[in-house]
Amino acid sequence: MNTTPRKMALIATKGTLDMAYPPFILASTAAALGYQVQIFFSFYGLQLLRKNLDHIKISPLANPAMPEPMPMPTLMKALPGMEAMATGMMKEKMQKKGIASLEELRTICLEAGVKFIACEMTLSLFEFERSEFIDDIEFGGAATFVDFAGDAEISLFV
Amino acid sequence: MDFDQELDTRGLLCPIPILKTKVAMDELRPGQVLKVVSTDPGSVRDMEAFARQTRNPLLHSRVDGRDHIYFLRKEGAQESRKKETDR
Repeated sequence: MNTTPRKMALIATKGTLDMAYPPFILASTAAALGYQVQIFFSFYGLQLLRKNLDHIKISPLANPAMPEPMPMPTLMKALPGMEAMATGMMKEKMQKKGIASLEELRTICLEAGVKFIACEMTLSLFEFERSEFIDDIEFGGAATFVDFAGDAEISLFV
Repeated sequence: MDFDQELDTRGLLCPIPILKTKVAMDELRPGQVLKVVSTDPGSVRDMEAFARQTRNPLLHSRVDGRDHIYFLRKEGAQESRKKETDR
């Protein structure tokens, strides 16, 4: 009888607040359900592995589905400060509703044994330093992801 | 219903109630029962899924006002998850 743990492989490519949640929520939950999980962080997704996550924001621009307390013309959403305001309001709402912060979810993932792989190519592309990222990550490329995802029951691109 | 430990996740939304349930279940001995209280309406299906996936049976669940109350029993020795094809 095969008792290998089931696997889930995720690719996280977005660096905005709204798109940062799905990979961390799915990964922490799958780990809690007994899955072995890897997340491959590529392009803007790499921002989610920085030590400090305060720069992760949500933009009201080109985001027409975002519920707004006061609807406003698109042009106004491009004004300075609008992004910070939208981010602040979203974070406050999340906290009030009992939704975990990104930092909390990321920590839970690591504690649950979720493996984080940072895209080496993206690192070179944006000239990031390894020291800008949290310690518990590995660096790799597409083949590293495919090697793990090859026999994963769940593979998602976020 | 009798239980050995209680976990209060009131006011917390997905996925935290499930993650806390997992941690609490890890601390139980086989055969012991965990009572979980959640105000998250999504917990109804999620708790069933958690029980199925981790093979810790959901003995009983009920609703009391805004509270969803669950009783999970810890199954025998922690066996590692089996492949879908082997079930």
